[in-house]
Amino acid sequence: MIWETFILAQREIRRNVLRSSLTILGIVIGVAAVITMVTLGGGATAQVTSDITKLGSNLLQVRPGQGHHGPGGARINADPFEDDDVEAIEREISGLKAVAPSGSRKLQIIYGNENCSSSVIGTTEDFMIVRDWSLDSGRIFTTGDMRAGKAVCILGTTVGDKLFGGQDPLGETIRLQKISFKVIGVLTSKGQSSFGTDRDDIVLIPIRTFQRRIAGNNDISVIYVSAQDGVSTKKVQENIQLLMRERRHIAAGKEDDFNVRDMQEIVSMLTGTTRVLTALLSAVAAVSLLVGGIGIMNIMLVSVTERTREIGIRLAIGALEREVLMQFLVEAVVLSSFGGLCGIVIGLASAAVGAHFLNVPFILNLQIVLIAFLFSSAVGVLFGYFPARKAALLDPIDALRHE
Amino acid sequence: MKKTHDAGTTSDIPLIELKEVTKTYGQGQAAMQAIDHIDLCIYQADFVAIMGPSGSGKSTCMNILGCLDTPTSGTYFFKGADVGQLSSDQRALLRRYYLGFIFQGFNLLNRTSAFENVELPLIYQGIPARDRRLRAIEALAAVGLEAWKSHTPGELSGGQQQRVAIARAIVTNPGVILADEPTGNLDSACSQEVMELLTTFNQERGITIVMVTHEVEMARYASRRIHFIDGRINTAHVSERNP
Repeated sequence: MIWETFILAQREIRRNVLRSSLTILGIVIGVAAVITMVTLGGGATAQVTSDITKLGSNLLQVRPGQGHHGPGGARINADPFEDDDVEAIEREISGLKAVAPSGSRKLQIIYGNENCSSSVIGTTEDFMIVRDWSLDSGRIFTTGDMRAGKAVCILGTTVGDKLFGGQDPLGETIRLQKISFKVIGVLTSKGQSSFGTDRDDIVLIPIRTFQRRIAGNNDISVIYVSAQDGVSTKKVQENIQLLMRERRHIAAGKEDDFNVRDMQEIVSMLTGTTRVLTALLSAVAAVSLLVGGIGIMNIMLVSVTERTREIGIRLAIGALEREVLMQFLVEAVVLSSFGGLCGIVIGLASAAVGAHFLNVPFILNLQIVLIAFLFSSAVGVLFGYFPARKAALLDPIDALRHE
Repeated sequence: MKKTHDAGTTSDIPLIELKEVTKTYGQGQAAMQAIDHIDLCIYQADFVAIMGPSGSGKSTCMNILGCLDTPTSGTYFFKGADVGQLSSDQRALLRRYYLGFIFQGFNLLNRTSAFENVELPLIYQGIPARDRRLRAIEALAAVGLEAWKSHTPGELSGGQQQRVAIARAIVTNPGVILADEPTGNLDSACSQEVMELLTTFNQERGITIVMVTHEVEMARYASRRIHFIDGRINTAHVSERNP
């Protein structure tokens, strides 16, 4: 009888293609949505974490203003740093690999008829060390360039490609705010960051040139400090804090008007943020699973009501209640698990495609695949089975008369 | 219409016997007796027409005979066994092995081919696929629809659908066919075809046929006619076997 039940179930499934595909569709959408979102969310979290770790976990950023008040706020009132602050850090703090002052501005860059807008960063050759950049071609700033504040620049690949097409930019002259800069180097591409920003969309120029000819002051907005391997960043952070309080004459008991941020803190902050995002995505996914479940429920309830007469016919020609129920159960299980499997395939495929385009790693979360599959199958089976049970327990004549 | 019978000889035991069977719908003041203390005996190879105006209880009686409905009181013996004592599974098995149904509204499975409709009772009997196929084709041939076996009910005329239903009823070689207004939805030509098929199965295969109808012409095919009125059998109209 088991085999016969399968025959009857698959006949019913084929008999009503629309009903079957609607049932499957509900499950597919629910399962696929959950799997896609959770997989992408997990990938993004992993990507952010690994990006920041690559950035250098021994990196410290020293900025004027109070970091924990968020962007803007107190920072505006705080004095910026100056060259001798950088020198003081280099002189007084031990265990450092490199210190790079920097200032940046978004500017229009022109070459011939081409132009583009990107961030121009004034810094020193140490920037290459602290931010882990390397040169693709050309050279970095010399001490002479730095001292004299020469108009030379190093291009990120995006800027190079935009302005020069395929042409070699080395030795060419670009214009920034009507000042001509000679291109002396091109950076190795880093690609997109996990936040979708293009890390190659930058132009590096000597800090002195930036201060004198672009900004028109001696301000330094960020000092990047890279600690030597094996040196505690916490210790370095404390030392810089003490030094800066002294240099900026901050009385005991008063709050810092600058902040020294350890990359570790940023790592934990950002992974926290992505974790919240993943939770949010999961919530959205859970809702779509629920909506999918309600869809399955509806189609199952409607079709069972519609099929009460069919149940009556089967009972009249001698089917046992349990045979009818078994058939409905098999139908529900087959449809639900087929839908669930389709959902898994589609979900994983779209997660893979999404991961490719968003540039995040594809991390398979088996647990969520299993949960999504089981939930929607359970809904399908439950709502396929119980209304059928109600119909099968009727007197056959009542089921037959049902319209 | 009492008939004495010897418990010793099986041939004398009625195939179907109703004793004081009553079916009541509703409760209290609104209670309505669809059939009221019916006594009825039907013997092997009878062709019985149950007649009467609508609301006279003939369909209710039919549903009780078919074990599709349960009587409120009274006893129903099928081959001497008390159907009231059977579980719903046992009643389903009784329908499966002994009864065939023909309904006014055909009650075929939609979007399912004539062949699959006819094959269905054999699937529930657990007949192997090969035999099922032979017997279903044979039954379709017996009603002259072998060529239409892969058509679905939607693609068949009313007369053809009813013939598919007849094929489905006879495919299991049942002892009894219960036909509830089998010609109710058909024109006279189709009705005649259906009645001739029923007569053939009654005479050639010895299948007992109980048919509900309100058409006198259709009742003429039967060997015995029973008239219902207001839930009771109108004894004045009882007619014995046709010449």
